[in-house]
This record gives sequence, structure tokens and C-alpha cells, in this order.
Amino acid sequence: MKLTQTDVWRGLAILVVFFVLAWLPVVPGADGWLSIVVPITMYTVLATSWAIFSGPTHYVSLATAAFFGVGSYTLALGLESVPYPLLLLMAAVLGGVMAALVGWATLRLSGVYFVIFTLGLAELIRQVFTWYQNNMGGSRGSYVFTEFTDKHIYWQLLALALLVYLVGWLINRSRLGFAIRIIGGDESVAKHSGINVAWSKIVLFMVSGSVAAVVGAILAPRFVYIEPAMAFNPQLSFMVVIMALLGGTQRLWGPLMGAIPFALVWEFIAANFPAQTTLLMGVAFLLVVFYIPNGISGVLIRWYHQLRAKPGVSHE
Amino acid sequence: MQILITGIFLGGVYAIIAVGLSLQYGVSRIMNLAVGEMLVAGAFAAFWFSTAQSLNPYLSLLVVIPVAFCANWLIYRYLLLPLVRRAKTRGQLEVDSILVTFGLSFTLVGIFLWAFGGQFFNYSFLSVPVEIFDARYGQNRVLAFAIAFVVCAALWIWLNHTRSGLSMRAISVDTRAASLVAIDVEKSSNFAFALGGAIAATGGMVLSTFLTFDASIGIVFTLKALVIVIMGGVGDIRGAIVAALVLGITETIVARLIDPGLTLAAAYVLFLLILLFRPQGLFGRAQT
Repeated sequence: MKLTQTDVWRGLAILVVFFVLAWLPVVPGADGWLSIVVPITMYTVLATSWAIFSGPTHYVSLATAAFFGVGSYTLALGLESVPYPLLLLMAAVLGGVMAALVGWATLRLSGVYFVIFTLGLAELIRQVFTWYQNNMGGSRGSYVFTEFTDKHIYWQLLALALLVYLVGWLINRSRLGFAIRIIGGDESVAKHSGINVAWSKIVLFMVSGSVAAVVGAILAPRFVYIEPAMAFNPQLSFMVVIMALLGGTQRLWGPLMGAIPFALVWEFIAANFPAQTTLLMGVAFLLVVFYIPNGISGVLIRWYHQLRAKPGVSHE
Repeated sequence: MQILITGIFLGGVYAIIAVGLSLQYGVSRIMNLAVGEMLVAGAFAAFWFSTAQSLNPYLSLLVVIPVAFCANWLIYRYLLLPLVRRAKTRGQLEVDSILVTFGLSFTLVGIFLWAFGGQFFNYSFLSVPVEIFDARYGQNRVLAFAIAFVVCAALWIWLNHTRSGLSMRAISVDTRAASLVAIDVEKSSNFAFALGGAIAATGGMVLSTFLTFDASIGIVFTLKALVIVIMGGVGDIRGAIVAALVLGITETIVARLIDPGLTLAAAYVLFLLILLFRPQGLFGRAQT
């Protein structure tokens, strides 16, 4: 793999940004607004990993909550017997395996089947889990006691975000990334040029699934007490979708542009008009599809091109 | 036997909702994920008629059907038709319509929550037992099944024995060919979508006579209706009815014999089996 000079500079610039962001919790008085920064970072990671799969393939995945919940429970159930870093790895593997199974069953078919299947997946796992715990396990919830505070969770999420950007960038440059863009453009063309369509989609979905599971595991200590209804909250899936779409899925940095404003607006509405959050989500979906189908990043890219084009036009 | 009959009664009501959705997806090509909210709207109307006005909840159908028809007509005309026109491919339309109907679904839930609050609603109507084969069933369920039968039969006759029904079926087979034989595809799709919505609202009204509901329960029924429509084969009314009965019976068996908390899991197992072995639906032909 060859790196151009711009790649190197860009990479260094991103590292510097992350280095600066990592010092955020040390700023005096940061504890207060760290409670907003942590969800924003979480949503950014989730939405970016969502877009790695759903952006090029146009398969709308609503399985985020299912992966997240599985990750949270992996941590909660294994915390006493397994070392913490190993648990994160286990969450990643479990998320990947689950994504592979779901993908194998649905990704060979048209997008509608996939949406419907993932729509109910979180609820399905929740029902099975609750049933299992009621009949075999005893108590429904689990306590998660760690020494982690928001600060530690934030650092872990930040590291994961860096990893997701790196993986996303690598995928974009790889044969797989090229294949998936062709599949998104026209699936039958992709098939005829010898691309293993189902396999490519499943691999990308696995990436997205394991990231969501790890995020679930990292966030689990923040809840302290986990129960199925919380860990498998379907609202999370929709939040991630709307943020990614608002930001735009064409670029790796797109979902970030959606996660920040939407999370801020969401916090504001949830704090002041808690009954209206569902309405906000619905209206946001409608506005995005009708007015900014390419997301905020799409609008920014268009403006950028217009700005660059203008001097050229005036010379004529 | 009792399980079987209870299951068939439940399946009958599912059939109403599913044929509504099947009409919308088969003819108008919109996978309407807000269909459950139409159902909840019907249920709220019946609740209001029954409690605030102390009228027979079935009278609310006189209002529910025309209002739901008009509302869905407007939704298709002003929200979905622009997407149909904008979409370059079928896949594009699929993604857009899924997202828009999700948005619509959340918007409606938001409005219900705002208007009625988040608590559970139920009212008592005809909860008198009736004896069939030595077992007792609520009269409200029997009546609901009768209504389901009438709706499905009427739809079946319309689609298979009238000229306008024929043109609906033509559109669901091939949109472009249908417009070549002088069928106004946009107008007919609009009509099919409106009718489908009205049928779903009827289903909700009927359901509310024996089921406790709340503002956000719609999504559960949307899921069940989707599973049924796919199981029955897209746009296939007969398949949808059979699939609804299968789902109703399966859910009742699981709820009675294993755990009432696992009904959705049961629906999912059915869905998975269909996806793996007959993705074209029970009666569908394999697509090339």
C-alpha cells in the first residue's frame, strides 16, 4: 500500500486532533459536560461504523441496538471471571458472529427483508433473554461494578473512534471497498465482474456489528445496573440511522457531522420536552429524506466545489 | 382444539392488517412501515367512541374508514408520490420509502403520545363468553373474526372479479406494462394505498375491542404484518390470509404452551424459515 504525502499529513493532523481531544477530561470543570460528550462520542462511533456498511450498500440496518445489548451483557456477565480487555475482544467476536449469521440469512435477499429482520432483532433477543433469565437464571438484571468513570469511558470510546476511522479508511482503499462500491452502484454488474456479492456484504456487516458490540461493552459500566429492556432499547438503532443520514454516508467523516448536532438537539428536547422526543425523531427522518438526501457532508462538499469553481468562472 | 380456534380468531384480525399492507406494498410499491400507526389510530377512535361518547365502538367505523382513506390518500399523494417520481431505481425507492414511512411512524406516535399520553388503554365491549365446541370464547373475538372474514372476502371478490380489481393486479405484476394498456398507474396506486390504510385502521378498531393498547404499540403490529406479507408472498392476498392464520395459530400455541413473552420470537422463527427456504412466499413463484 502506498501512502501519498497528503495521506501522511492528513493522518498526522487527525492524530493531533485526537491527542487534543484526549485532554478534554482534564480541563477544570469538565465533569459536567462530559455527560454530553460521552454520548456524542458513542453516537459518532456507532453512526460511523453503521455508515461503513450501510453507506455504500444502501442496506438500512436497524440491528445496532441488538449488537449493543449483546456487548453490554457480555461485559456484565463476564466481569467477575474474565479480565476486562479480553471481554471487549469477546464482545467484538460475538457481535461479528451474530452479524455473520444475520447477514447469511438475509443479505442474499433484497433490502426490504434485511430491514424487517433487523427491525425486530433487538426485540427478539430481548424476549429470548428475558425468558431465559426468568426461567433459568433467576434475576433479570445484572450489576456492573467497575472503577470506571465517564473519563475512562470517554478515552476508550475515543480510541475506538480512531480505530473505526482507520479501519474505514483501509476498507475504502482495499479491494473490498472497491467491490462494495460497485455492488452499491449496480449489483448485477458486480456479480458479472466476479465479485462475491453476499460475502462482501457480510464482511462489512460484521465490521459494523462488532464495533457496535464493543461500544455496548464499553458503555455498560456507565449504566451500573443492566436489564434487557435498557440494553436492547430499539430507539438506539433509530438514533444511529438518523444521525448517519443527517451527516451523510458518502464520506467517512459524514456521520460525525450528524451525530454532534442531533445529539445536542436531542439532549435539549429530552431535557425540556421529554414527551416530544419521538415526534422529533419522526420529523427529522422526514426532513432528511426530503431536503438533504446526501446529508450535511453532502451539502458541505457541494459548497466546497462551488467555492472552488467560482474563480474559474470569473476568469472566462 | 381451543388453541386452534383462538389462533384462528387472532389470525383473522392479523389478516385484516396484512391484506391492507399487502395492497400497499403489492400495488403502490411502498413498504409502509407506518401501517401499525394507522391501526393504533383506528383503535384510539374506537376507544373514544366507546368511552367518551358511550356509543358502540363499531359505529366508529363510519368515521374511521373515510378518514383513514382520505389521510392515506393525502400521504401517498404528497409524501410518497414525489419519492416515486424522484427514484431512479426500484432499490432507491425502497430505501427512501422505508425511511419516510419510519419518519411518518415516529411522527404519528409522537402525536398520539402528545394527544393521549403514554398509558395503556382498554375498554370493555361484548366480553360475554360464547360456547363453541365445549370451550368458551369472548363474543368480541368472534365478532372480530366475522369482520375479518367480510373484509378479506370483499377484497378478494373485488380483486378477482371486477375490472378495477384486475387493473390493480396488473400493476402489481408489472407497472410499466400496466401503463401501456391504459391503466392510470399513479391514480390506481394512490387508491390502493388509501384503501390499504383504511383497511389497516379497520383492523385496529376491531383489535381494540379485545386488546389493551398504547400509543407506541403500532410497531409490533407493523412487524407482524410485514412477516405475514412476506410469508404470503408480496402482493398475494390469498397468501397473506393463509400466512396470517398460520401466524395466529403459531403465536397462540407458543403463548399457551411455552411462554406468552415469546410470541414475537415465534413470529421470527417463521420469518427465518421462510427467508431460508421460500423467500418468494408460500404461494409465490421463484423470480428469475
